[in-house]
Amino acid sequence: MSGQDPDLVRLVGGVLVLLVVASIAGALLSRRVRTEAARATVANLNARIRAWWVMVAVFALAVWTGGVGSIVLFALMSLLALREFVTLAPTRREDHRALLWSFFAVTPLQYLLIAIRWYGLFAIMIPVYAFVLVAVSNVIAGRTDRFLERTATIHWGLMVCVYCVSHAPALLILDIPGYRSNAKLLVFLVLVVQLSDVLQYVFGKVFGKHPIAPAISPNKTWEGFLGGVFTASAIGTALWWATPFTPAEALAMSIAITLAGFAGGLVMSAIKRDRGVKDYGALIAGHGGMLDRIDSLCFAAPVFFHLTRYFFTP
Amino acid sequence: MIAEAIASIARLVSGASVFYSTGPPDEHQRVYFANHTSHLDFVVLWSALPPAIRALTRPVAGRDYWEKGAVRRYLSENVFRAILIDRSPRAAGGDATLSVASARRTIDRLAIEMEDRYSIIVFPEGTRGSGEEISPFKSGLYHLSRVKPRLELLPVYLDNMNRILPKGEALPVPMLSRVIFGRPMELGEGENKRDFLERARAALAALRDS
Repeated sequence: MSGQDPDLVRLVGGVLVLLVVASIAGALLSRRVRTEAARATVANLNARIRAWWVMVAVFALAVWTGGVGSIVLFALMSLLALREFVTLAPTRREDHRALLWSFFAVTPLQYLLIAIRWYGLFAIMIPVYAFVLVAVSNVIAGRTDRFLERTATIHWGLMVCVYCVSHAPALLILDIPGYRSNAKLLVFLVLVVQLSDVLQYVFGKVFGKHPIAPAISPNKTWEGFLGGVFTASAIGTALWWATPFTPAEALAMSIAITLAGFAGGLVMSAIKRDRGVKDYGALIAGHGGMLDRIDSLCFAAPVFFHLTRYFFTP
Repeated sequence: MIAEAIASIARLVSGASVFYSTGPPDEHQRVYFANHTSHLDFVVLWSALPPAIRALTRPVAGRDYWEKGAVRRYLSENVFRAILIDRSPRAAGGDATLSVASARRTIDRLAIEMEDRYSIIVFPEGTRGSGEEISPFKSGLYHLSRVKPRLELLPVYLDNMNRILPKGEALPVPMLSRVIFGRPMELGEGENKRDFLERARAALAALRDS
C-alpha cells in the first residue's frame, strides 16, 4: 500500500467519502418519504447505493493490485456484458461456433494484448481479424436466412462489449511524458462517466420535465442531461491534478466523455427497446445487468483513450 | 461435495435465473417434467432445486447415454443416482416406440425406484427438440400417474438451453437462461390419455409464454 501514488489514494478516498455521504442521505430520505411511489424510488436509490459500495470495492481492489487486476476485472466485465448482449440477440444454432470463438478466444486475446502491451494488434484485432473470423465461421455453418442480421449482431456484441470496454484498461499502457501511474487516468474516466450517469439520474428525478428522446428512454430528460453533464464535467475539471491535463483540458475531456457516455446510454436503450426488455439482466441489484451499468462506458472509453493518445502521447 | 460443485458449475455456465410459480419445491414426492433441447437440461434443472431437495430427486435417463465412459457412469450412479432405462436403438435416435411390454416394465420400475420419497425428472418429449416447438408427449407420464395415483406433476420450462449447448455441439456458449417452475397438476379422475398429455404439454407451453 505504501507504494501507491498519493494522488490515487486521494482519488479513491474521495470516492469513499462520497459513498458515505450518499448512504447517509439515502438513510435520511427513507425516513422522510410518505407516499408509496416515493418509497419505491428511495428503496431503489438505496439498493443502488449499496451496490455502488460493492462495485467501488471491487474496482478499487483491482486498481490497487496494479495492471493485472484491472485487466482481469475489465475482461470479466466484457464477458458478462457479451453474455447479456448475445442472450438478447437473435442468434441461432448456426452461430454457435462464432460465439464460442468470441467468448473463449477473441475476448481473452484482446485483454492479453493489453497485458503484453502490444498496442498495434490491440487496436486492430477485433475490427480486422475477429470481423473476418466471425463472418467466415457463420458462412461455414451454412445457413443463409437472416445471415447479415445474425453476423452483424455478433460483430456488434464484440465491438461494444469487448473492443470498446477494453479501451478503459488500455489507458494503463499509454506512455504519457511526465505522467506516472496511469491507474489514476482509469479512475478519472470511470469516475466522471459514472458520476455523470448518477447525476443525470438525480437531476432528472428532481427537475426532469422535458424528455430528450421519448421514443427511446422516457426517463432521460433535458434537465437531467444538462445538469448531469455540467456537474460531472465540473467535478472532472476539479480533478485535473490527478491527470496529465491542465484544468481547461480536463474540462474539455470531461465534456467529451460525458457526451459520449450519454450517447452510449441512449444507443444501448434503443437496442433494449428493439428487443422488448427493460434491462439487460439482474446481476447488480437496482441497476439491472452489467451492460446496463457500463453502457455509457462502452462509448466513453474508446473516445477518451484516443483523445488522450492523440493529444498527450508523442 | 461433487454434487455441489457440479451444481455450481451448471449455474455458472447456464446463468440461470430461477422463477417459481408457487415457491421453491419442498420434499413432497413429485415428477418434474420439462422440455428437452440440450444435454444441459437435466443438470440445470437439478441445480435449480434447493440442495436438500436435489438429494431426493433422481433423473430418468437413457442407459445408452449414461453408461458410456467411466465419468458418465460414475456421475449417474453416485452423484445423480439416475434411474436408467433402456431405449431401443431406434428410440435412442428419435421417433420409435418401445414395445408395449417393455414400456410397462419401465413404468413399473420407475414406480418401484421412486418408493414413497424420491422425486424424478423426466423429459416427456422423449428426445431433444430444436427449441422452437414442444413436441407431443410420450405416454409415460400418463401410465406412471395411473400406477401411482394422485402423483404430483410439476411442469418446468427450460428457456434458452438449446442456444447455450445445441444438439451436436460439445462446448457451451455461456449465455443466460431461465428455469421456470409451474403449478402442480395431476391426472384427473377418468381423464383419458390424449387429453391428459395435451393438458400437460399446454401447461409447459404456457410457462414459455409467461
